[in-house]
Formats: sequence, C-alpha cells, structure tokens
Amino acid sequence: MSDAPRPYTLVAELTYRCPLRCVYCSNPLDWARHADGLATADWLRVFREAEALGVVQLNLTGGEPLLPTREQLGRARAVARAARQRLQGRMEVLFVTPDYYVEFPKACMDGWGRRFLVVAPDGLVLPCHAAHTIPGLAFDNVKTRSLADIWRGSSAFEAFRGEAWMSEPCRSCDRRGADFGGCRCQAFHLTGDAAATDPACSLAPAHGLIEAARRAALGEATATLQYRTAKAGAGERG
Amino acid sequence: MVAGETRPRLAAKARLRWDRTGERYMLLYPERGLVLNATAADVVRLCTGELTVSAIVEQLAAKYASQPRADVEQEVLTFLSRLSDRGLITHPDE
Repeated sequence: MSDAPRPYTLVAELTYRCPLRCVYCSNPLDWARHADGLATADWLRVFREAEALGVVQLNLTGGEPLLPTREQLGRARAVARAARQRLQGRMEVLFVTPDYYVEFPKACMDGWGRRFLVVAPDGLVLPCHAAHTIPGLAFDNVKTRSLADIWRGSSAFEAFRGEAWMSEPCRSCDRRGADFGGCRCQAFHLTGDAAATDPACSLAPAHGLIEAARRAALGEATATLQYRTAKAGAGERG
Repeated sequence: MVAGETRPRLAAKARLRWDRTGERYMLLYPERGLVLNATAADVVRLCTGELTVSAIVEQLAAKYASQPRADVEQEVLTFLSRLSDRGLITHPDE
C-alpha cells in the first residue's frame, strides 16, 4: 500500500451564519461575505466525491442555527423523530427545543448550586459556565478555599440556591421544584435582574421579550446580526 | 474483562467499514478509526453479541487451520481486550 496522502475526514461547514459571538470561535468574522453558496444537491455531490476520494468520516458543522420560526421548529422536530426511529440502536439523536419555544423553562444546571460546579482556569469556582457574566456575584478560588467549603458556603452558590431568592410567580409556582425558575444568566441578560423568572417561562412578567423575539424570527431575513468582538483585559473578574 | 463465556458485541458507536481506497477494513468510531488487518476484521465481524468468545475462537481456528489453536485463542483474546479497553465492544451479559 502506498502512503500517498489521502483524506480520511471531511469537515463540512454547512454555514457560517451564527447569532453568537463566542470569543474562542475559529469561524471567520466576515462570514456575511461568505454566502451559503452550496445547495443540498451540491453538498450531496461533494459527499459522494469525498467518499470516492477515500473519506470515511464526515463531520457536519459550521455556524449556529438562528432562532427558527415555530413552523420551522415543528418540521425539525418531525425530522428528528423520524430519524430517531430509523436509527434506533445505531445512532443517538438528540433534539433540544430552543428555550424560546418552550412553555416552561429548562431546569438550568438542574438548579443553581444543586448538582454542578465549574472550576475555571484561574481557580474560581462557578455554579455554571456563564455565572461570571452576572455582575455582583463574588466567586471563591480553590487556591484559597477548599472545594467542599466553597460548595457549601460560597456566596455565589448561595445566591440562587433553594427558593428564598425567588420572586413571584416562581415563589408560589408548583413547578419551582422542577425547573428552579429557569436560567439565571438568561434572566439577567434579558431583564437585567438575575433573580427574575426566566423570561422563557410563559408565566414570566418579562415573557413579552420572548414573544417579540419569536415575531422577529418570522422576519429573520431582515434581522441584524452582530459580529463577535473580543474584549481587551478580560483577565479580571469575581 | 474478556473471557471465554462473554459475548462481545460491537459498540453502537463503532462501525466496520470496507475502505475502498486502502482495500482493507477499518473500524470507525467518532472522530477516529482503526485500520484492521484481515484477521482482525474477521474477529470484529463475529462480535455480534450472539457468540461467546470461545465460539469466536472456534470459528477462527477452523478458518485458520494452519495456526495452532492456542495461538489463535491468544490473539483473539488480546485483540478483544484492546477493543474493550477502547470501549469499542461491550459485553451485554455482564
């Protein structure tokens, strides 16, 4: 057998379009100039050509799907359901309903400070990956405090642990032990109040924000997308 | 632990595939793959969850009759335990 170069893996970037601005992302920032030029038929031809060339593994990836319309979501759900039946025992198919189309929010992190802890590269211990985006929380560091001590007593963990922090409608809601009020970070980023009911909840006072976003999704073609912009001096926090 | 009475089954994440370009079998799993020689492919093909390790050895010893049975058995056990270490076969009966 010759050792001439041959490809084994094709990474197919189906789109660069993305509403997020994650600083670690390697996709180009000027993706608006990279039109999604390949039609499905083109991709299928490329996959066949790749297989003939020796490719045995295919990664479908790219950007982040934009907020769909409810109708698009319904179609995607049907496709996922059919795929799950067809591929049972051979492939695991995960389908996550976007928060913007649920009646009640997801139990983010299985409840704040209940099941998860995150140790960041600098040693700070966070209740969730994005907790440091909520201002006013003070995080403890494993360099100065034991993990058990932090888990049990860190003020950041205590902030939204249990039910005492909840306001209405969460406080008297039957679902408060099931979804724990939803996502604290989402609540903060959408309403400015990290202790608010997650606006994804249909009972939330700020649910109108979600309804507005759904309406905007219907006019997605005119949506303004923001480029990622890395911030300088992100080293300090907590 | 791979032993005589276990019934190895190829893990759901792994797939035996004929590589037309290299004219050999590959065992593919997420992000990675192993190039198999013909006898290794024979072993993997028998990991259906139906056959015990002893039965697999039996079949291969018959196919490769020129090899001492003890050698075949040793090679099968070594190979299966390497697959098991990588999580590429499971033992449903354990």
